[in-house]
Amino acid sequence: MADQESELLKTALYDLHVELGAKMVPFAGYAMPVQYPLGVKGEHLHTRAKAGLFDVSHMGQVRLTGENRVAELEKLVPGDIAILKPGRTRYSAFTQDDGTILDDLMITNAGDSLFLVINAACKDDDIVHMRANLGDGVSLEEIDDRALLALQGPDAAKVLARFAPSVADLKFMSFAEIEIAGSLCFVTRSGYTGEDGFEISVPNADAEALARKLLAEEEVEAIGLGARDSLRLEAGLCLYGNDIDTTTTPVEGDLNWIINKRRRAEGGFKGADVILDQLEHGADRKRVGIKPEGNAPAREHTQILNADGEDIGEITSGGFGPTVDGPIAMGYVAIEFAEPGTKVDLMVRGKARPAEVVELPFAPHRYFRG
Amino acid sequence: MTKKFSQEHEWIELEDGVATVGITDYAQQSLGDIVYVELPEVGKKLTKDGDAAVVESVKAASDVYAPLDGEIVEVNEELDDNPALVNEAPESDGWFFRMTLTDESQLDELMDEAAYKDFVEGL
Repeated sequence: MADQESELLKTALYDLHVELGAKMVPFAGYAMPVQYPLGVKGEHLHTRAKAGLFDVSHMGQVRLTGENRVAELEKLVPGDIAILKPGRTRYSAFTQDDGTILDDLMITNAGDSLFLVINAACKDDDIVHMRANLGDGVSLEEIDDRALLALQGPDAAKVLARFAPSVADLKFMSFAEIEIAGSLCFVTRSGYTGEDGFEISVPNADAEALARKLLAEEEVEAIGLGARDSLRLEAGLCLYGNDIDTTTTPVEGDLNWIINKRRRAEGGFKGADVILDQLEHGADRKRVGIKPEGNAPAREHTQILNADGEDIGEITSGGFGPTVDGPIAMGYVAIEFAEPGTKVDLMVRGKARPAEVVELPFAPHRYFRG
Repeated sequence: MTKKFSQEHEWIELEDGVATVGITDYAQQSLGDIVYVELPEVGKKLTKDGDAAVVESVKAASDVYAPLDGEIVEVNEELDDNPALVNEAPESDGWFFRMTLTDESQLDELMDEAAYKDFVEGL
């Protein structure tokens, strides 16, 4: 046990997490806080009511430079990166030749470079993939000297503006290099909770001091991975490895919106033949929201049945939504059952339990669009 | 009337031949906010260490085992509407079920309060 723990990587905020009384768990090779003494439910509700501070430093930060960076990256993602103006951010995915998803990521046009944020569990594979496929004229730099903090919730902008007034002007999915408490940070107005908020890339050396300053504000509580998961599930956002992976395409994953217009016309990204064919003719299955009736949560891998008791799919993320105050889930169903309002059954502990296909998200998004 | 404790963090209290069972304060603290409890049906026969109930937190589902052999005679229906009672009063109002015991001498295999306290401190 002790040996295992010592092999885990630590973020710049590890000591702070322990000091705050976090329950630390292994996650993607890192020792990460799953919850603090406030508890998952309290942390979740606090984030939706005021502001929560998350350590997401385990995620990978990558900078691409070189004059061909946009054209080369577009070979690996279905998003229109050329159209991204400096200071704008876009959610996208690395696709594979078979049309499935290697990872989802954030791509920012940082002016003289592209700034990427990739998933912790995928970052090694992503970097191998990029190094193997990005052609001449692109340099890839792994940014390992920066932590990544997320400040999320309706009070996030008010709190952060006390340290850096200019953040108030940033709109959702925008980026700026901003000095916060004396440290040059890469700030995007984004996040993964459905709330307004920011992701702040800060030098490791300054990360703990910044986190302490933010936590000292009365609106802010430290939030662990447990509430991060329930928040993103209520917001209908995909968790890579659960809701999308190397067996699902963006069309199956109901992510058609990440395949931008020019790319639909031109193709030219990995798996474009499969993905564009699915866009035109439809896929056999689709990711949908699922609301169990009653109070029993249905967890990932729960089998989904139609009214005749036939297998039509599987839950990929499921649990309890503290804001919804009830069980919520997402999963894949055969396309003929994907319409909201469709009644299905969920096999939980050997018993079929009624549920309904519903629109996502479960909790409305409250992004700041200016 | 004495309370006994299992290594799986259930408590059991025998009174007039009927044992009340719940999860310990240590267990509810480890689980965190409890959002759903699935209770057995009255009349269900339980086998020591077999599945008896399921308790779900925001994060995960956990099994609750039968501390002894016996049969369910009553379940705490208040937990259907208010599962947080398990967090608030795990060793009183947040009880799970009541059971008759096949063999009361099995109680001797469980820990008393002092032994359970030592057991938890050693975890």
